[in-house]
Amino acid sequence: MIRFQNVHVNFEVKNKIIEAVKDVSFEINRGEIFGIVGTSGAGKSTLLRTINLLQKPSKGRVVINGKDITDLKGEELRQHRAKTGMVFQHFNLIHTKTVFENVAFAMKAAGKSREEINKRVPEVLELVGLSDRATAYPSKLSGGQKQRVGIARAIANNPEILLCDEPTSALDLETTNSILELLKKINKQLGITTVIISHEMNVIKKICDRVAVMKDAEVVEIDTVYNVFASPKHPFSRQLVNYTINLELPKRLFREKGKRLLKIVYRGERAEEPVISDIIKHFGVDINILHGKIEYISDQPIGILVVHIDGNKDVITAAEEYLKTRVPEVEVLNE
Amino acid sequence: MNKLSFSELLQNLTKAFAETFLMCGTSLGLAILLGVPLGLFIYITRKGLFWENRILNFIGGFLINIIRSTPFVILLVLLIPLTQRIVGSTIGPLAASVPLSVAAIAFFARLVENALCEVDKGVIEAAVATGASTFMIIKDVLLAEALPGIIRGLTVTAISLVGYSAMAGIVGGGGVGDLAVRFGYYRYQTDVMIITVASLIVLVQLLQTIGDFIAKKADRR
Repeated sequence: MIRFQNVHVNFEVKNKIIEAVKDVSFEINRGEIFGIVGTSGAGKSTLLRTINLLQKPSKGRVVINGKDITDLKGEELRQHRAKTGMVFQHFNLIHTKTVFENVAFAMKAAGKSREEINKRVPEVLELVGLSDRATAYPSKLSGGQKQRVGIARAIANNPEILLCDEPTSALDLETTNSILELLKKINKQLGITTVIISHEMNVIKKICDRVAVMKDAEVVEIDTVYNVFASPKHPFSRQLVNYTINLELPKRLFREKGKRLLKIVYRGERAEEPVISDIIKHFGVDINILHGKIEYISDQPIGILVVHIDGNKDVITAAEEYLKTRVPEVEVLNE
Repeated sequence: MNKLSFSELLQNLTKAFAETFLMCGTSLGLAILLGVPLGLFIYITRKGLFWENRILNFIGGFLINIIRSTPFVILLVLLIPLTQRIVGSTIGPLAASVPLSVAAIAFFARLVENALCEVDKGVIEAAVATGASTFMIIKDVLLAEALPGIIRGLTVTAISLVGYSAMAGIVGGGGVGDLAVRFGYYRYQTDVMIITVASLIVLVQLLQTIGDFIAKKADRR
């Protein structure tokens, strides 16, 4: 539905050209929640902004529903933007307007009539759970409530696409969860294709179907969130995932002589097999479990075990090889 | 040289207040009418905004700076030909209103620009993202969000005008400040000076209080 074709975005800063987005090509499917994750400065925001042309690509095309939108101008561009909702990290509400007026502004911008606005605004406020705050000014709202207004404004015109630029980064953990729940609910109820940017894998993990990992202006990995968590391919994705799953171990464990530190990842269907006890029986090695965790991603479990394996060097290697045939991911951990 | 009696002073003071109000009111009105568009113009022709245009932005900014850097007394004299054209006379409070208005428009325009600069760029971006027209963004976002700052700027302008209008005596504009200068300063009538200056303080204080009150009402942050 949203297709990036060799998109580049360059900025000129002090006569130096900075590549913010480098040759990005992929497609976001209709109705999915798609995440773009990466550190700050990786170009996620810039890429997101090419979808509603808040940022024009320097090279390449952005195609939405088969229509090339890259060169839209004037009235056509405004119509495209009206059909594309956007939610911001810092909410960006008009301070001098009430909740109702903020949502109404977006509808007025799209050329809706007074009657339509008066009918629709209460509906969207109901949907985001703010019916009782219609006449309040943004300064009287909590962060979570402000973001709800931001979301109401973004969906008021029944958009096909909802762009979320770090929608929860200014919120506390609990509020983050409720906002993510709301975005998920809206995605399900209205079928809006949702693109979410975050620097936190946790946010992606909670609601996204698929994710693109960005590093230094490039997309280094695209896959389902489950696959990226279960077997990240790019070192940077692995780093992000490890950081999220938080498998921190004391340094001394890496230095114990003659032992190997392994990270074993189980995926849903294999999780029930007694792999560890098989190895102990077959190879006569000692296995000591140091860390274990089960993460549920898109309601499917990923099991992660960190073990010390102890025994004769050759036997350890043979046991490792055997393990690799039984579970999808075995990684030797180094300090 | 006769001294002013108290009743004469009162009479003079009333007249002077009327003149001050005429001069300041006229120029303040024109400052709102023309200063807001001018300030808005130099704001939106800035780099990265809707009508980005370096040349027009420079011309606008430079024009404002010329007016603002010229001492008001000199502006008063320089603009005499213009005053003659517009008012048909070069003396009296209405004539003095012409240079006062020119100064006020330039001054206020700069303050309007400053107030607009304070508007959160994110809010503007969010409005652009809704597909709103430039006109709608100007009216419902830029001016609405900058309104408290614009009102504060208007208060500063009004108070500066009261100060400037004291110099209007040069072209026979009259006013409270002029009364203080003529009787209090030139004629060493300390009592007149004190009374007029005190009433000016009251006037300025009043303007500030009203301005602050309205700005606070408008400020929803």
